[in-house]
Amino acid sequence: MLRLNKVNKYYRVGTHSLHVLRDVDFEVSDGEFVAIMGASGSGKSTLLNILGILDDYDSGEYWLGDTLIRSLSEKKSANYRNRFIGFVFQSFNLLPFKTALENVALPLYYQGVSRRKRNQIAEQYLDRVGLRDWADHTPSEMSGGQKQRVAIARALIGKPRLILADEPTGALDSETSRQIMDLMAEINKTGITVLVVTHDPEVASRTQRTIRLKDGKVVDGAGAHESHPQMQAAT
Amino acid sequence: MIFFVVAGILLGIALLVGVVYTVGSLVWLLIQQWRDVISFDRWSEVLVTIKANKLRTALTTISVAWGIFVLVFLLGLGRGLNQGARHEFAREATNGVWLIATKTSVPYHGYDVGRYITFDNRDYERAKTVKGVDHISGQYYIQGAAFTGSSMMTKRGGKANTFQINAVHADAVYLTNHVIVAGRFLGDADIAQKRKSIVVGKPVVDFFFKPGEQPIGQWLEVAGVPFQIVGVFTDEGGEDQERQIYMPVSTAQLAFSGNDKLGMLELTAGNAGPAEVQAIVDTIKGQLSERHGFSPDDPQAVHVHNNVEQFQRFSMMFWMISVFVVVIGLGTLAAGVVGVSNIMMIAVKERTKEIGVRKALGATPSSIVFMVIQEAVFLTGIAGLLGLSAGVGLCELIGRAHVSDFILNPGIDLSTGIAATLFLVFAGALAGFFPARAAARVNPIHALRDQ
Repeated sequence: MLRLNKVNKYYRVGTHSLHVLRDVDFEVSDGEFVAIMGASGSGKSTLLNILGILDDYDSGEYWLGDTLIRSLSEKKSANYRNRFIGFVFQSFNLLPFKTALENVALPLYYQGVSRRKRNQIAEQYLDRVGLRDWADHTPSEMSGGQKQRVAIARALIGKPRLILADEPTGALDSETSRQIMDLMAEINKTGITVLVVTHDPEVASRTQRTIRLKDGKVVDGAGAHESHPQMQAAT
Repeated sequence: MIFFVVAGILLGIALLVGVVYTVGSLVWLLIQQWRDVISFDRWSEVLVTIKANKLRTALTTISVAWGIFVLVFLLGLGRGLNQGARHEFAREATNGVWLIATKTSVPYHGYDVGRYITFDNRDYERAKTVKGVDHISGQYYIQGAAFTGSSMMTKRGGKANTFQINAVHADAVYLTNHVIVAGRFLGDADIAQKRKSIVVGKPVVDFFFKPGEQPIGQWLEVAGVPFQIVGVFTDEGGEDQERQIYMPVSTAQLAFSGNDKLGMLELTAGNAGPAEVQAIVDTIKGQLSERHGFSPDDPQAVHVHNNVEQFQRFSMMFWMISVFVVVIGLGTLAAGVVGVSNIMMIAVKERTKEIGVRKALGATPSSIVFMVIQEAVFLTGIAGLLGLSAGVGLCELIGRAHVSDFILNPGIDLSTGIAATLFLVFAGALAGFFPARAAARVNPIHALRDQ
């Protein structure tokens, strides 16, 4: 599904550069449910940005499927994001002036799907996250959990192969967090690869594997199908 | 001095490069995103964002509408002024020159001052050959009558009245704005054969003939001599211009013992400018002074009434007023466009997060750029049309109210309206371009970073 090969990333801060990712190597197979954990400053956000084709890296290789993601034009990366990746953010990032339905339909807008058709599809996805009746509400009228469900529906609507979730439960209470993770697991069961960046062990425990980052290096859980203690424990 | 010239040239080059760059970028963008222009979906997306930002929309609309309103109103007023001035001149040919024989004011070759000059047919023939003269006519003042023979009676049946009598050559019609509504004007044959033909204004016909009666071919007694009507004219200048009778200069000279005398030469000079007309006048005056023995520098012996110069002066003045008006209008509009650009720039800053989300979801930079430009075009377009209608409306009101004789039919014509609309779309695109570029540069990582 995706493979990182000695990926390095530097940030230039004034005259000296900060080595944020150091030879990051790992693989995620199709349909895996993986958590990326690390303390703040460990480079996990940078890693997520690179995985989400929002940021470029300085050396190494990042393969998404059979495509080498490297120094792409903005147009190309926008296209890949649109077709391959669904994003779920901590603060939901819904457009406040659009209804839940319109928010969910937005990725299809950028695929050039007609309004009627994308609204139909969006309705199905809202239904899937249990919010069909909330289609015409704006985000301000919804609870945090509902907003995150809308965001998940939006991430799914483009039929991505990979869902990247950045602290998806960070702004939610524990009960709602559990429900959201249930939803993520459910999505994963349909065959979509899910990567969750988190610092919450509770969340990480719901995944099949945890990749741990420390000071920009992968310290644990790099290989696919290596050891799945959580999964083994679950079965 | 040199500094200013160099600075001016550099500024010009910078401006040109800027404009070429901007227009080039817009064209490039249009090539990439042309589908968005005709996509209902994209426009409704624009509408949604515009609805979501009512205050911004209102402010933008006001600033552009005001700019366009001022521009259109001033343009329309400028046109009204121009037409008003033209109308004021419409009584006579705007390219006409009149040379009138009066009396000398400078002693010359032993002659004392105060001697009356009279032109004659030779003068006419010589003046006719002067290069640049387009149409020319002499005029003979019927002796014993006042200046234009207006104390001479014109009679038919039991009726009599006074009309201005002009004894002229066939070209005299070009010095007026008369419109022949029946028959013809005097022809060269009338002059050559000394025919008793006259051309009369409509009030003359109305006075002597019953409604529906055919005046052409009928006879009128003018100053005691019968003349046959060959044509009827009207004039936009009103009844003063129409209460006139034209007869062949040769017939008048013969019938009213004028020998070969002429009191006035009148000519048009085609499209000649003031300098060329002055040269023509000087040549003819030279010929006249030679033959009639007055000083060529005598300012009074030949009174010259030069419409070309006056018209040119007036045209220049009104042209300058128009330019002034357009500059002010464009300035106001430019301020409006800059205002839109500014507001859009702030809007882009405010919408950083939204733009970041859109980019994360797959919006390409050019689609973001186009979205912002579309918004700007939409806003300026709507606002511009509002201002356009208001400006045209006010012009129309002023035209109806007849505020001044010097303002006639103010307003803009269709092509100006279309040009203004196209200009608006362009101005909108321009106003949107820089904010749009800023929007396209929004980094989704920064935009989406949680506070």
